[in-house]
Amino acid sequence: MESIPILRTSEFLLVTIQVDMHDRLAMALQEDLTDQIVRYHSRGVLIDISSLEVVDSFIGRMIGNIAAMSRVLDAETVVVGMRPAVAITLVELGLSLPGVRTALSVDKGMDLLRTSLPGTPNGGS
Amino acid sequence: MSAEETRPVRSSQDVVVVRQAVRALAIRLGFSLVEQTKIVTAASELARNTVDYGGGGIVRLQTLADGRRVGLRLTFEDKGPGIENLELVMKDGYTSGGGLGLGLGGARRLSNEFEIVSRPGEGTRVSIARWR
Repeated sequence: MESIPILRTSEFLLVTIQVDMHDRLAMALQEDLTDQIVRYHSRGVLIDISSLEVVDSFIGRMIGNIAAMSRVLDAETVVVGMRPAVAITLVELGLSLPGVRTALSVDKGMDLLRTSLPGTPNGGS
Repeated sequence: MSAEETRPVRSSQDVVVVRQAVRALAIRLGFSLVEQTKIVTAASELARNTVDYGGGGIVRLQTLADGRRVGLRLTFEDKGPGIENLELVMKDGYTSGGGLGLGLGGARRLSNEFEIVSRPGEGTRVSIARWR
């Protein structure tokens, strides 16, 4: 079955969304990701949406759900790489992704996670 | 230049195909990237409504030209349960299906023209247009 690969770095999980999402794929991603957070004790998840030309309320809801599930499992989520046209459209759509942190690139997202997570190199307290 | 095509909107996969068809038309009409993104996103919201709440239906894609400008009209039609209270469903945050409730209001904000006709028990037709 089609699935979205999850990459594991030494500290974080990285999901690059490149395909047009549909329901089953989104559900599978939520399951895979929560499994891996628990298995690898990951404290941070990066969701790279730089390939996405459209983020509608369905994808927005999925991203919000992933962030909420991760938080419950003691992991932080950062959405990285949003395209400018997508940002403009999202705000007009009425979707501002509350509770989801964003960064402009994967590197910046990792920096953000490192500084906000205690117990990681450069992390707070 | 004007063209018209009709496509099925019955499954999640159809939603993806509709997005691609709308994008291709918007590019052909010379829409800017932001305009393309807005109309494709609006189409995605409405197509998903058609599948999730309307029990599936069709979309008619029409290119528009009024002599001064060109545009794109999308009309989604289903023969689903229809909508009892149109005012209520247009409100942001209202949802009957576990979504964010941004679909209709969001699609209206992303379009230049918006029209919805619904009769309980007969179905729903939503039409949007965006001009370049």
